[in-house]
Amino acid sequence: MNQNPDHDELDEDSANRVTPEARPSQVASYRRHYPGTQPEYLHPLYVSSIERAPRQPLIKLPHTLTEVTGPAFAPTLVNPKTADLTRQNGREAIGERITVSGRVLDENGKPVCNTLVEVWQANACGRYMHKRDQHDAPLDPNFTGQGRVMTDSLGAYKFLTIKPGAYPWRNHYNAWRPAHIHFSLLGPAFVTRLVTQMYFPGDPLLPFDPIFNCTADDKARNRLISQFDWETVIPEHALAYKFDIILRGRDQTPFEVQG
Amino acid sequence: MSLQATTWQTVGPYFRIGLEYLNTTELAPAGTPGEPVTVVGKVLDGNGKPISDALIEIWQADASGEYGGIVSNPADGAATAFSGFGRIPTDDDGRFSFSTIKPGPVAGPAGTMQSPHLAIRLMMRGLLRGLTTRMYFPSEAVDSDPILELVPATRRATLMATVTPGSPSTLQWNIEMQGERETVFFDC
Repeated sequence: MNQNPDHDELDEDSANRVTPEARPSQVASYRRHYPGTQPEYLHPLYVSSIERAPRQPLIKLPHTLTEVTGPAFAPTLVNPKTADLTRQNGREAIGERITVSGRVLDENGKPVCNTLVEVWQANACGRYMHKRDQHDAPLDPNFTGQGRVMTDSLGAYKFLTIKPGAYPWRNHYNAWRPAHIHFSLLGPAFVTRLVTQMYFPGDPLLPFDPIFNCTADDKARNRLISQFDWETVIPEHALAYKFDIILRGRDQTPFEVQG
Repeated sequence: MSLQATTWQTVGPYFRIGLEYLNTTELAPAGTPGEPVTVVGKVLDGNGKPISDALIEIWQADASGEYGGIVSNPADGAATAFSGFGRIPTDDDGRFSFSTIKPGPVAGPAGTMQSPHLAIRLMMRGLLRGLTTRMYFPSEAVDSDPILELVPATRRATLMATVTPGSPSTLQWNIEMQGERETVFFDC
């Protein structure tokens, strides 16, 4: 019941099950990142990276079965109510209601369907419901800041939330994080994993934030800024922002298959 | 069509709010075929201090070397089957612990076979992108593993779990971000 049709077929058709020995020795690799479009690990302006970023060069890993596979998700994985962050036990959170929606595509433009999108964020005052967040701003008992949604057959997702507030952190003197929502996606393979942060257009803190600015490529960095979207505004209820997410796609170059 | 993958950003210090749902310290539900193992370890920063806000994700094959399980709703309880996926945050002392079954060998490049291994993704405040590493199992023939062959011999030990004396099913494996025993991380 918790299995998708593809997996049911595999299970029933065990006579055709591919043994590890008979599997193709070459798998279709995923594209490598374009230079400059992903952050470097060591970014001294982001002070925490100094003691935590690896210092040895990374070793290039060919994509094997391990890297090109990933877990599927049961249709019952996510309760649809978790797409609405604006209420807890029937009580409404405080702040400006917004929808955040978009599509999850791969680098070849193909929708990434039925994949898990997890989000977390501060409340309207810039405070996280987390024991280690000691920022002197009020908690909202009706806002946990936690949401989950599955993409549909077109790769689309949507959730309703409260616009998060900016908050101070101690990276440097008078450091403030611009308002942001954290996104986490697994995608279809080990190598398609993505954790990112979505920002808001026109935020005056963006030029000063070392985390937003850690990526060298201007276009790649600016794609983390959502767009205000009249089309999806809910009249009398919530403003709307659009944020499309691109996961890594298969390399288009031909590959050898044997066996 | 050609698009560029979205840029990574750090998980930050408060990821537990959003990434708690799939946390599990038991990857293999009772009855999963295979040899049970427990893996314990610590994540250490460049000063050797434990990192209490790291998150480890695991991806592994089943005992016969097959990938491709299904992640179920944790509330489904008994219906949950082995998915090969696990997510474990470190505790206040930088420690992690999880139980699973030892995976079987899986196909590697150019007709080779890879020794049993766990694919590991590591995320934490201070890491702007996730890091990839692997954990290999003791007493396996790893000399011919096509991935370990890419790693300088002097650094391979950082990818090898060790057996706990007196408790052969408990494996120890630490992750060190920097220093002489810096764990090997992969660009994948």
